[in-house]
Amino acid sequence: MLVGFSLNGEAVEVDVPPTRTLLDWLREDRGLTGTKEGCNEGDCGACTVMVTDATGVRALNACILFVPQVHGKAIRTVEGVVSPDGDMHPVQDAMVDNHGSQCGFCTPGFVVSMAVGHLNGRCDHNDSLAGNLCRCTGYTPIVRAARAAENAPVPDWMIDEVPEVLALAGQPDNLDGFADWYVTNPHAVLVAGATDIGLWVTKRLEELGKVVFLNRYDELKNIQVRDGFLHLGAGVTMADLLPVLRDHHPSYAELVRRYGSEQVRQAATIGGNIANGSPVGDNPPALIALGARLHLRRGDIRREIAVGDFFLDYGRQDCAIGEFIEAVSLPAHAPALRCYKLSKRFDQDISAVCGCFNVTIDAGVVTEARIAFGGMAGVPKRARAVEVALVGAPWDSVTIETVLPLFSDDFEPLSDMRASMAYRLLAAQNMLRRYIHDLAADPVDVLKVRP
Amino acid sequence: MSVAKSLPHDAASLHVTGAARYVDDIPLPVGALHLAFGCSKVAHGLITSVDLEAVRQATDVITVLTAKDLSHENDVSPSPTSEPFLSDGTVHFVGQPIFLVVAKSHLAARRAARMGQVQVEPLPAVLTLDEALAVDSRFEDGPRIYEKGDAVGVLSKAARVVHGEIEIGGQEHFYLEGQAAAALPQEDGGMVVYSSSQHPSEIQHKVAHALGVPMHDVRVEVRRMGGGFGGKESQGNALAVACAIAAAKTGRPCKMRYDRDDDMEITGKRHDFRIGYRAAFEDDGRITAVDFLQLCRCGWSMDLSLPVADRAMLHADNAYAIANLRVESHRLKTNTQSNTAFRGFGGPQGMVGIERVLDHVAHEVELDPVEVRRVNYYAPPGGDLDVTHYGMAVEDFILAEMTDHLLENSDYIRRKEAVRAWNAKNAILKKGIAFSPVKFGISFTLTHLNQAGALVHVYQDGSIHLNHGGTEMGQGLFQKVAQVAASRFGVDIGRVKITATDTDKVPNTSATAASSGSDLNGMAVLVACDTIRARLAEFVAGDDAGNVRFEDGLVRFRDEARPFADVVKSAYMARISLSSTGFYATPKVEWDRIKGQGRPFFYFAYGAAVTEVVIDTLTGENRILRADVLHDCGASLNPALDIGQIEGGYVQGAGWLTTEELIWDEAGRLQTHAPSTYKIPACSDRPEIFNVTLWDGANREETVYRSKAVGEPPLMLGISALLALSDAAGAVGTTYPDLDAPATPERVLMAVERVRS
Repeated sequence: MLVGFSLNGEAVEVDVPPTRTLLDWLREDRGLTGTKEGCNEGDCGACTVMVTDATGVRALNACILFVPQVHGKAIRTVEGVVSPDGDMHPVQDAMVDNHGSQCGFCTPGFVVSMAVGHLNGRCDHNDSLAGNLCRCTGYTPIVRAARAAENAPVPDWMIDEVPEVLALAGQPDNLDGFADWYVTNPHAVLVAGATDIGLWVTKRLEELGKVVFLNRYDELKNIQVRDGFLHLGAGVTMADLLPVLRDHHPSYAELVRRYGSEQVRQAATIGGNIANGSPVGDNPPALIALGARLHLRRGDIRREIAVGDFFLDYGRQDCAIGEFIEAVSLPAHAPALRCYKLSKRFDQDISAVCGCFNVTIDAGVVTEARIAFGGMAGVPKRARAVEVALVGAPWDSVTIETVLPLFSDDFEPLSDMRASMAYRLLAAQNMLRRYIHDLAADPVDVLKVRP
Repeated sequence: MSVAKSLPHDAASLHVTGAARYVDDIPLPVGALHLAFGCSKVAHGLITSVDLEAVRQATDVITVLTAKDLSHENDVSPSPTSEPFLSDGTVHFVGQPIFLVVAKSHLAARRAARMGQVQVEPLPAVLTLDEALAVDSRFEDGPRIYEKGDAVGVLSKAARVVHGEIEIGGQEHFYLEGQAAAALPQEDGGMVVYSSSQHPSEIQHKVAHALGVPMHDVRVEVRRMGGGFGGKESQGNALAVACAIAAAKTGRPCKMRYDRDDDMEITGKRHDFRIGYRAAFEDDGRITAVDFLQLCRCGWSMDLSLPVADRAMLHADNAYAIANLRVESHRLKTNTQSNTAFRGFGGPQGMVGIERVLDHVAHEVELDPVEVRRVNYYAPPGGDLDVTHYGMAVEDFILAEMTDHLLENSDYIRRKEAVRAWNAKNAILKKGIAFSPVKFGISFTLTHLNQAGALVHVYQDGSIHLNHGGTEMGQGLFQKVAQVAASRFGVDIGRVKITATDTDKVPNTSATAASSGSDLNGMAVLVACDTIRARLAEFVAGDDAGNVRFEDGLVRFRDEARPFADVVKSAYMARISLSSTGFYATPKVEWDRIKGQGRPFFYFAYGAAVTEVVIDTLTGENRILRADVLHDCGASLNPALDIGQIEGGYVQGAGWLTTEELIWDEAGRLQTHAPSTYKIPACSDRPEIFNVTLWDGANREETVYRSKAVGEPPLMLGISALLALSDAAGAVGTTYPDLDAPATPERVLMAVERVRS
């Protein structure tokens, strides 16, 4: 596949297999060995590169980024964070001055993440560096370095021009073209952000056959607020969704803040998170609790279903051959929505249990209850028995204690490496206890406690 | 002087620009081949057939090797017992290498490695401590016992006794750079090996045996590792041997690096322990006797497990003079990865055991845990010295003073009250605060390893070339040692060139391990520099050489001050040798590990930490809010690098005891074999407030510039985080929380439930 982009300010055109990762290409074909492979699955950030396009500048994991995904974009690696004359970037100077590197292997990834954060004026270093693992320093000197560089001007060499390129050969040009093409090529693999599919290639070593890259279809990236609903194209990334959610659903936004990492959120799409059917995806429970609708399309035939109805069984979704997710719509307003993500580590960890609660109370009585969980069954699933028992009951702790045993009617969770069955069940019940305290504005979040 | 200056890491500029080269970054000649192992999917069994036809036919595969194809030793063991490089017909764990694929690319090798058809007749697999105990599957004939006094007798008569048990999980090293090696065949049958290894001499030794050549035919170079933490002390042997064998067979350069999942599935980790205890105590918290039962899961091969388990026993006292102490240690053999060295080398596990005892006793006597610790501390120097349970007098105990300072600077007493008040107001969230001290023994317990060599050249232009046996894995060893060299010659650090560790330059080196890097290599370099310095001084001043000073880039004698480079140039013209080796052997240490008696350590390094945490009593979610550390590096060679070791060690130790959980399934398959499932601390997990201070004091022993080792000891400061979580869980009731490690949200919630019940 013929792909064009710019690399450290220089236009390049390469012919690569569609699933060649950018990391392998950089290291093996270009000899740019500053970008490191730490995990080859998008969890450590040692391979972080800077990617610029018309919509902005972002940090992405090169290990699970296929070269065609950067067609028409500008790439900057750690080697290109240094000026063409050899001057170091302010974050590089700050890392040296603050002793931010020890073994140095994670350092190029940190430097690129920091340079991107610096360029975008970000000071939320815990969030922008959550996708970069360091085993030596304990992070303190790295954050000191990031802070020290905050006020330095952005060096001019960091501003990349987006190259002019032709369409990707062999790929449908626009969304309508893709919809038709997919009907006749229904076994093609749809790649949006590749944060999951990337691992099919790097870990399972699968040959994907025909691949189509959806990140090129701007129609899938629309975000609209209309008629009391948020309409999200399936290709909206989690990073683009985050500020919208902060305005409309702060608790869901907090869930998304902890979803993957900066690099993952910049690639991962809401459509992809639903389409892969994972029982531990973090968007589905929130969307189900909100009563969100899924918009599916096959050719030019469109249909709409509740998000919860999409998940039929483990590994099986209500999606016809040649059909794809085009959009999601969700209510723009749900003040009682609370989302609780429970994992071993706060950042960049897959949920052991993700519980989302949206209970409507009128005059002290529950009038509607939507409670959905990830990690509690083979699919994201509502706590129907609990919901039924809540509706019509007074909203108080007596009711809560009464309905708690019903969780075991709703769920028979598994024990796995993330949590035991007993813990999952107890934690799910306790999340309902937390929810009543949360709505009453009692402190329930360890992340909000200051020393 | 360059020593005591906070200079940056020697390669900092190379790190931040991506120019620092690791093994996988070294350009290899055209035609280089890439390797991958085909591994066992069964925990224990006999191989009945191996069909590698599909592997051989796979795209870009050059050849495939099994144990039958090896012409010399099939062994990569770092210990006296054998550890097959490729399975000899029996498989002992899921992940054991059975065959070696040699292919044109890394990806082709990995792909082909999955195509082997290996039939295995399963044998019963021993996976857990309990299973190993039940069938007496162990290393050594029986338990090792170190003992002082009569713990069992005192316990049988004591008025007050606590007993309990703590599970302590293992830990994956998660060095960011996975294991890697490359080998280049030479014209005369020799081999040059690049290895990401803490132990180049061991790599040289194993490669020589595998090729059937003398050690002088093998040269090993290590410029740097992308993290080691003990995980590259022995675990790189297999890759280096694989590369050397494949390179010898094909005549082409060969490289091997593990994919992260392979790395985690094949290599050993920190030993997981279960420590049972019975402790007798007085009403004031004074502990009169402790009897420990340490169960240590070693995995399938011996590797370094015996000295690891020994060190756990040697740290079962930590900072406390317990009159009657008995430690019984079982080294259990299981069909899992062979656990190996990891920062602290068993010491941390032993220390968690005794800190748990102190915590439990404090709970029983209802006194502040700090006060209970104080009454049990070893005696300070100056008066009658206490002797450890292994017969070593504690001559340098400074923790009582350090404790006073830390408690004051961290405002411990007021904050403890504040935590109590906060907990009274919060129903769901609870805070906890805890103090813990560290006393860590410095020296290899295998006494002969306490030696080091160096090679220093001064060139005729006055530039200095420095080499020693230590390896750089991020700890800043090279810079610290360069500072020693610059200080001895009185020149600017820029004059000193640090070069890759190379078995051709300094032979017979010990692993860079046991925190000994600067102590040993710094001294060897000092000796080498002083040899050259003495020659220069004699050249300048003859019999009055003692009055020559090397400072500020000058050589001063009487009223004369000449630039260092000028003196060097003149000395060269006068045919004075400007090159020297240096050698150092640690004095005073002698140790009998069977009797458990002697002086295994040259000295102790000390530290203490106060950690404050918060937990959610509904989910067990928890966070470290603040940590205050006071740590003893003697007279620091480089305060900034030492603080870096302390900050990083604390976070790594806290990670071990909180989020980092290794899980195997019932078939012995590691379930947490990637960062998606194994969670080391991320950026936001560091303490939000983190105050680290160096204790201002010199080493009592004559170490290099009176500094102290710093690699391992700070890891154990993280124990205070585990104790603080226990303190928080205890806030919901009066029962002792009995919190195991790692204290994941699940374990914390279960502890809360126990306290409530």
